[in-house]
Amino acid sequence: MMKFVIVAGTPGSGKTSVLLHAINHLKNKSIQPSVAKIDCLYTDDDKRYAKTGVPVLVGLSKDMCPDHFGIYNTEELLDFAIKNKSDLLIVETAGLCHRCSPYTKGSLGICVIDATSGPNTPMKVGPFLSTADIVAITKGDVISQAEREIFRESVLEMNPNAKIIEINGLSGKGCSELAEEIMLAKAVESGDDVLRHNAPLAICTLCVGETRVNKAHHRGILRRIDGFQFYEGE
Amino acid sequence: MYNFVNNNEPITKIYFMIESITIIGGYGKTGEQEPLQTIKINKGEIIGIVGPTGSGKSSLIGDIEQMAQYDTYSKRSILINGLKPSYEERTNPKKKMVAELSQNMNFLADMTVVEFLKKHAKCRGKNEDCVNTVIEHANRLTGEPIHKDHQLTILSGGQSRALMVADVAIISNSPIVLIDEIENAGIKKHEALELLSGHGKIILVVTHDPVLALMTERRIVMQDGSMQKLLTTTAKEKMVSKNINLLDRRIMKLREMVRYGELIEEFSLDFDEEVLLKKAI
Ligand SMILES: Nc1nc2c(ncn2[C@@H]2O[C@H](COP(=O)(O)OP(=O)(O)OP(=O)(O)O)[C@@H](O)[C@H]2O)c(=O)[nH]1
Ligand SMILES: [Mg+2]
Ligand SMILES: [Zn+2]
Repeated sequence: MMKFVIVAGTPGSGKTSVLLHAINHLKNKSIQPSVAKIDCLYTDDDKRYAKTGVPVLVGLSKDMCPDHFGIYNTEELLDFAIKNKSDLLIVETAGLCHRCSPYTKGSLGICVIDATSGPNTPMKVGPFLSTADIVAITKGDVISQAEREIFRESVLEMNPNAKIIEINGLSGKGCSELAEEIMLAKAVESGDDVLRHNAPLAICTLCVGETRVNKAHHRGILRRIDGFQFYEGE
Repeated sequence: MYNFVNNNEPITKIYFMIESITIIGGYGKTGEQEPLQTIKINKGEIIGIVGPTGSGKSSLIGDIEQMAQYDTYSKRSILINGLKPSYEERTNPKKKMVAELSQNMNFLADMTVVEFLKKHAKCRGKNEDCVNTVIEHANRLTGEPIHKDHQLTILSGGQSRALMVADVAIISNSPIVLIDEIENAGIKKHEALELLSGHGKIILVVTHDPVLALMTERRIVMQDGSMQKLLTTTAKEKMVSKNINLLDRRIMKLREMVRYGELIEEFSLDFDEEVLLKKAI
């Protein structure tokens, strides 16, 4: 029985820092997770995870959207965890594209968001925040309590059902609570899991490699700056 | 999707009266038991936390803020009215009994003073009308007037700090207030502490400043991560406190003169109270 935890958040929001603390709590409870890091071009998170002694797998999506790449390779990730005799797989994903959400229905979805990014950020980041089960708010230590409270309210406006944990990647505050929630996660039935949120619908010639800027060269589902969306092509 | 207990209802007022908090000592940095094993603080008390840099003052504040239950580095625990706070009271920020004024001197949120205060008032379930009161009070603490349409991020350290103090006092209005060093902000400390205390609140203030330290009733002395001893402010100290308070006001005044481009050609170290009182305001 495999528990599947997907952790998403903008670059530098503190995903690895909080997970390292949470992994230590999990290990103290004799849980051996496997970790996978999905990124686009480069990461050294694997070295940081390896220091805790957990098995780590890195996947670089290169030209593909990292969320799509992670979803497409879910089985391989789960197999990696099974091979390492873990009963918990934690996937850290870059979450660069603000239209995708990497969480599946069977997984526990954790969004890590940086409180210093300003109270409008929750409105900007889209489905990886609004479809998360848990929202971990980092870096509250560098802002005032009032700003933390306002940030928390904006998160709740976007995702009223989330469990919010105010967490600190440096001191580890809140990370034991995060570990508790991870332990409570349900096991996933692999094979028939589905995404919580559909990937963005547009497919256009730019997606498949067109580099010329002029409008004349573009086909597919396109959207003008005035909001008009249409299909151009055969 | 998972179902969690919904803990997201708006913050309501103080849930119950706090009569006391008790700090149960844990272990210092060297792993030895703390010399001070219990400290009980009653409502209305102002307690100082003193000690050299790195002696664990901020960690002690942190333990109280989190209502530690043997689960922090120090292994301290905190009791409210002699009882262990519930998991809910500890983790649900909407039930927060603690307001905190940390060392941060600047705001990062990109909005105006009035937008910020209105948003915060909404979070705390307060009426928007309090916004002007907050700004008025903040302006009594700083020499550089804050305007409601100022952008938060351009406020000076002193203005930000004054606004944070007034916001904690009026909008957050929690029964326990933790203050991590207000001395370096260039605001009127005495007035700030007065604004923050009152109505039976418990105040803990980390400080290196004799003005603030002597304004407290008792002070916890920290060393190597542990609570070493508890000093009670003596009658003699209270006399000294009066004088240094006056001196402090005079220095504030000099700071204002510098700020407004005036010359400072007269300053006497005369400690005669009568003279000081006259010169102070
Ligand atoms: N002040 C503060 N800094 C933090 C906190 N959490 C993380 N950091 C710092 O933020 C930076 C980024 O943290 P990471 O954990 O690497 O962030 P990440 O989300 O894993 O980053 P990527 O994997 O590159 O997307 C590091 O310098 C951390 O030390 C926090 O709660 N407070
Ligand atoms: Mg990372
Ligand atoms: Zn995408």
